[in-house]
Amino acid sequence: MSRTESVARTNGTKASKAAKPNKVGAAAEWADDRLGLATLAKKNLRKVFPDHWSFMLGEIALWSFIVLLLTGVFLTLWFRPSMVEVVYDGSYSQLRGIKMSEAYASSLHLSFDVRGGLLMRQMHHWAAMVFIAAMMVHLLRVFFTGAFRKPRELNWVIGSLLLLLGTLEGFTGYSLPDDLLSGTGIRAADGFMKSMPVVGTYMSFFLFGGEFPGDSIIPRLYTIHVLLIPGILLALIGAHMLLLVYHKHTQWPGPGRTEQNVVGYPMLPVYMAKAGGFFFVVFGVLGLMGALLTINPVWRFGPYNPAEVTAGSQPDWYMGWPDGALRIMPNWETHLWNNWTLSWNVFLPIIVLPGLMFTIVMMLPFLEQWITGDKREHHLLERPRNAPSRTGLMVALMTFYAILWMAGGNDILAIKLKLSINQITYFNRAAVFIGPVIAFFITRRWCISLQRADNDKLLHGLESGVIMRDAQGGYTEKHIPLPVDKAYTLTARARDEVYVPDSEADENGVNAPGARLNKLRSRFSRLWYGDNIQKPTKAELEEGHHHAELEEAHDAPLEGHAADGHQFDGRHDIEDEHLSRQHD
Amino acid sequence: MSIDKREVSAIEADPIADPGLPAHQPRPTDTDEYLEKRAERQVATLFGLSTLFVILFCVSYFVFKIGDDPTEILGFGASNVALGGCLGLALLCIGVGMIQWARKLMSDHEIVEFRHPGSSSDEDRTETVAILQTGLEESGIGRRPLIRNSLLGAMGALGIVAILPLRDLGPLPGDKLNHTVWKKGMRVVQDVGGNPIKPADMEIGQLVNGEPAVFFEEKDGEPIYDGVALQVQKAKAAVVIVKMQPDDITPWPGRENWGVDGILCYSKICTHVGCPISLWEQQTHHLLCPCHQSTFDLADNGKVIFGPAARHLPQLPLALDDEGYLIATSDFTEAVGPSFWERDTIKTGE
Ligand code: HEM
Ligand code: FES
Repeated sequence: MSRTESVARTNGTKASKAAKPNKVGAAAEWADDRLGLATLAKKNLRKVFPDHWSFMLGEIALWSFIVLLLTGVFLTLWFRPSMVEVVYDGSYSQLRGIKMSEAYASSLHLSFDVRGGLLMRQMHHWAAMVFIAAMMVHLLRVFFTGAFRKPRELNWVIGSLLLLLGTLEGFTGYSLPDDLLSGTGIRAADGFMKSMPVVGTYMSFFLFGGEFPGDSIIPRLYTIHVLLIPGILLALIGAHMLLLVYHKHTQWPGPGRTEQNVVGYPMLPVYMAKAGGFFFVVFGVLGLMGALLTINPVWRFGPYNPAEVTAGSQPDWYMGWPDGALRIMPNWETHLWNNWTLSWNVFLPIIVLPGLMFTIVMMLPFLEQWITGDKREHHLLERPRNAPSRTGLMVALMTFYAILWMAGGNDILAIKLKLSINQITYFNRAAVFIGPVIAFFITRRWCISLQRADNDKLLHGLESGVIMRDAQGGYTEKHIPLPVDKAYTLTARARDEVYVPDSEADENGVNAPGARLNKLRSRFSRLWYGDNIQKPTKAELEEGHHHAELEEAHDAPLEGHAADGHQFDGRHDIEDEHLSRQHD
Repeated sequence: MSIDKREVSAIEADPIADPGLPAHQPRPTDTDEYLEKRAERQVATLFGLSTLFVILFCVSYFVFKIGDDPTEILGFGASNVALGGCLGLALLCIGVGMIQWARKLMSDHEIVEFRHPGSSSDEDRTETVAILQTGLEESGIGRRPLIRNSLLGAMGALGIVAILPLRDLGPLPGDKLNHTVWKKGMRVVQDVGGNPIKPADMEIGQLVNGEPAVFFEEKDGEPIYDGVALQVQKAKAAVVIVKMQPDDITPWPGRENWGVDGILCYSKICTHVGCPISLWEQQTHHLLCPCHQSTFDLADNGKVIFGPAARHLPQLPLALDDEGYLIATSDFTEAVGPSFWERDTIKTGE
């Protein structure tokens, strides 16, 4: 086999090499003799990463995950995941002598009696929020720019899984300190589980090791929180990064930036320094947040007591939207043959809805691909305006999310806006259905008019703001032609192709397999692309430029006349020009 | 698989052809040696500052007290603010320094790398498929369905081993959710202190949080319910006791004598997903759950009048014992807390 041959050859070269070049070379040689990584490293050390601010969002998520790992390990050294009852005798005098679970007591110990413990708790919690928020914004960026298209669909799926698992990880972590607030969250989770038809009660008894709250839930959540989910998250993040490297990063179109290349800075040294530096920045900002911004002050809530609750109980913000759905759901319950209960009021908003939403998000790339019939690879990003329906769809989903999220704070809204909670609830019930539809159409229209504005720029140039009055007394605004770089960038997008069924024969043969589906698809495709503005053709562009030349010819007689201001029409070098002070 | 599926989309040269990468523009630090040196000094200063903050971190660790008598600055725990501040600034200095180094001093020549199709070549694909085919044929899995099917069966059966041992995660529910510790003759006591309640102690409109007396009783010097067992029972047995104008109360048939002098007792656990309910509006007799705002009318049998809860609050029938204290005349007549699949749905009165 050629493998042995090449090893032999390499060995030969190495053996005959006399002088070692330098320390770096020597170390690399030592490692390669044992690991044989040079071939891989050669390809990747200078790997090119394009630059854009929006590519940082995913990095924020990655780095805050690392911070979570580091601070989390610190917390495990003191935190005791136990529900055994103890009497607190630590430094926080207000709770001294009170019975509580060991978990809560150890959280208090971390907060008051371990130097840096409170800092680590607060950094951990802030990092969790930043982690989840960054993942969400990153997801939006990927969707709005079309970076999820072939060949990156699987990375989209992995990313959605990361968001789901991150949320679960956050919920399990939030529950660990066993304070009154987090205990109320667990109590609700028990209610959620019990709403599941047939298996609900069993799930609850198995998870809690008996009746709520039992003595098992905190240790079990702990295992899930520090082992199970972080393990899966790590593996998925690894896969996410590998695929990223394999596919190479997408880039924005522009002069010299095509579907066939990547233009940017090499991994070593620039990208490594920038990304590595950014890790320290994220870590540093989280450190400052932990120092200055109190979060989850568990000592104020007191230990969990199933007979007590604090007013205005609210989960962490990322759990807000299902909580909102729970609040505005009508109180439907079905009784089957007077023996079984189906709690739609809980089951639909909290079990079915999140599952459904998650599935929809995960399937978005496949949905769009099916509608457009576009099976090609895409490595250039698209501006959101150039995919009006896609952009509209995501804005609709965001609106849905936002309304539910608001509904999750309906009691706070009611107090702040001095409205009755009933009115807010009825409003939200309607808004959650109507809002997204309105948002879709407004966004789509908005995108299309932005497209139109782009075309105007291409055809007529930029509005200069200089108004000219000609000899006849008419007024015109001067237009400055676009520099070719800018003009190219605006046109660097494909023309949309509405999907048409493969063969015309299908149109008649209703029985032909898939024909009906294809028809549906072409109808969707027409809706999807229908009103989009396409970039101008060469002829149209020339026509536009011709018009500009006419304008110039029209102005020609004015050339050389001391009509103040005419020099600022974009066609002249204005380096040393000034408006004269006096107009006379 | 047709080739065109693997096609990479391309931007046509219409209407404008790609003008190509613009020429590299040198940065000020590339051309001006003074600026270059200055940038170098800036970066080194940032790294130096970072070390300084680490030293301050160490000092703060020992200087600022925590615990019983913490050092405070402007009402903030000095230790937390100083440790976090120094750590954050030390990290930020490194980060900003590195980024500055990359932006100002490292080569900023953009590199062009070509993309290659992500998929394998057609030959590789055909060959791989052929290898898979050969492997499958050599194993004979297609020709020996007996082996294949019994293996699949065995693997499926093995799945049981993954599931069954989870059985001991918890006991079966049985009818535990249908019962609480309340029983005939048990006193209703205040949740703090455990004092029994006389009707005359309560004023019209007052709400008292109650618990069964057994939570405060001892047997052989040990509390009967303690620790986890107490939490489990409390999660079901917590109640509220309210006194209203007897005329305002409209009991369902069968509930006429569940109260004493306008005093009624309801489960405190919300029938939505189980929060303890606490917000009482005297005027309207409404009890509001702080979790999702379900509202129950306590003058009308705990009926839901707003919110996502689907069931009325279970009511505990009351009477007086020989000494004139409030007692329960039975357990709750229906399960308390959130609904569940097996919940007995014979509804009283509603
Ligand atoms: C994606 C990852 C993670 C997220 C989103 C997350 C989230 C959280 C949250 C929100 C808390 C509550 C913090 C508080 O205010 O007390 C928490 C607590 C905790 N987490 Fe994590 N965490 C993550 C990873 C980890 C890892 C990897 C570990 C350990 C190896 C860990 C260990 C802990 C411990 C011990 C606590 C309880 C500390 C206490 O509150 O006293 N976490 N987590
Ligand atoms: S738990 Fe009471 S309204 Fe949801």
